[in-house]
Amino acid sequence: MGQIPLAVEVNDVSKRYGTRWALARLSFAVPRGGSLLLTGSNGSGKTTLLRTIATAIRPTAGTIRVLGLDTREDRQQVRERVALLSHTSFLYEDLTAEQNLRLLGRLIEVDFPSSRIESFLQRVGLAHRAKHPVRQFSAGMRKRLAIARLLLKAPSVALLDEPFGELDPEAVIEMERTIAELQSSGTTIVLATHLVEQGLNLCRERLHLSEGRAVAA
Amino acid sequence: MRSTAVAQVGRKRPVVPRLFTETALILGKDLILEWRTRTRLNALIFFSFATLLMFSFALGPDTKLLKENAGGYFWLAILFSSVLALGESFRIERENASLDGLRLVPIDAKAIFLGKALGNALLLVVLGILLLPVMVALYGVTVAMGFGRLFAVLALGSMAISWPGTVYSAIASNARARDVLLPLLLFPLVLPALLAAVKATGLVLHGDPMLQLGSWLGLLIAFNLIYWALGLALFPQVIED
Repeated sequence: MGQIPLAVEVNDVSKRYGTRWALARLSFAVPRGGSLLLTGSNGSGKTTLLRTIATAIRPTAGTIRVLGLDTREDRQQVRERVALLSHTSFLYEDLTAEQNLRLLGRLIEVDFPSSRIESFLQRVGLAHRAKHPVRQFSAGMRKRLAIARLLLKAPSVALLDEPFGELDPEAVIEMERTIAELQSSGTTIVLATHLVEQGLNLCRERLHLSEGRAVAA
Repeated sequence: MRSTAVAQVGRKRPVVPRLFTETALILGKDLILEWRTRTRLNALIFFSFATLLMFSFALGPDTKLLKENAGGYFWLAILFSSVLALGESFRIERENASLDGLRLVPIDAKAIFLGKALGNALLLVVLGILLLPVMVALYGVTVAMGFGRLFAVLALGSMAISWPGTVYSAIASNARARDVLLPLLLFPLVLPALLAAVKATGLVLHGDPMLQLGSWLGLLIAFNLIYWALGLALFPQVIED
C-alpha cells in the first residue's frame, strides 16, 4: 500500500519566546487536500503554529515540511505554495483595495490582469469599494480584503487564523462557502478558531492545543 | 496537481530580471503611499527649513561665516531630516505587519532593500532641491561650479545616507526605543560620507582651484558601493531573523 502524500508534516517542533515555550515538541501531519482544525484557548500556540508553518517565524527546534519541502531549506518555494490569513491583514492602509491586490498580483505575476482583481473584489463583496483606501474600511471589510488577498494567491495550503473573526453573519456564511470551495479544489486547509462547531463542520481532523502541546480535546 | 497550477500562475519566466521588477514595484508602492499622505515630505520640509533657519539665528549676523559653512549646515539639515524619513519608511511596513505580507508573497528581500533605499534617497534628493533656494536666500551663497555638479553631490550624498539608513531603520523598527536607536546607529557610520558631501558641496559652491572635487566624489562613490553591497548582503538577515 502506497504512502498518503502529505501537505504538512510537523515533526517535534518547539518554539520558545524568552523563557516561555509557545510550542513544545509538537508533531502531526495533514494529508494533501485534507483539513485540520486547531482549537485551544488564547495563548495555546495556534497562531504561533500557523506562523511557523507559513515560515513567518522559525521554529526553535524540529522540522516542518510543506508539500515535501523543508521550511528552512526551501523557504521561498514553501512561501509560493502557502497563504496565511492572519490576525494582521498585511494590507497597506493608504493604498486602495484595488492597489493592495494589484501589488500582490504583480509581485506574483508581472502581467497580472486588472480584470482578475475586479473578480476577486466582487467575490468578497468589495467591488463597490475598490477605489477606497483601506484606512476607511471597517474591521470586517479588512478581513474580506485579506481573504481576497489569500484567494488571489491560489495557494496549495491555506492557513486560516480565526477566519470568522470580525465578520458579520452573512460574511461568516460566505467565508464557510469559500473554505468549502478551496477544499473542493484540492487546497489543504489548516484552520484555527474558537468557533469549534463551525470548524468541525469544515474540517475532517482536529488538534487541540494547550500550552503549545497537543492534548485530548 | 495543485502545486503545478500555482507554479504556472505565479512563476512565468520573466523578460526583465525579477529583482528589477520587484524593486520597481516596492519603489512605486512607497512613492504612491508618500504622495497619498505627504505626511513624511511635509514634515521633512518644515523640519529641514527650521534647521537651516536655526543655524542662521545661532551664528548671528556673520554672513561670511554662514556663507563659508553653508555646505555643512545644508548637509546637517538633510542628515537630521533623514532620521524622520527613514523611521517613517518602516513605520508603514509595521502597520498591519505589511512587511511580513511581502516576505510571504514571497519576494526577494534584496528587492525590498533596493526599493525602500531608492525611495528614501529620492525623498532626500527632493528635499535637498527644495532646500537649495532657502540656503541661497538665508546664507547668500552662489553656486560657482554649476547646478549639475551640485545635483551629483546631492544624489551621491543622499544615497550614502540611504543605504545604511535603510538597514538600520529595519533593525530599529523592531526596538522600543527606535527613535533614539536609529540616529545612534546611523550618525557615526555616515560620518565619512557626511564629511565628503560637505567638502564637495563647499567646493561646488565656492569654486575648486586645487581640483579636489574629484577625490571627494570618489570617496562618496566608494562609500555608496560598499554600503550598497553590505545592505544587499545584510538586509535579508535583518528582516528574516
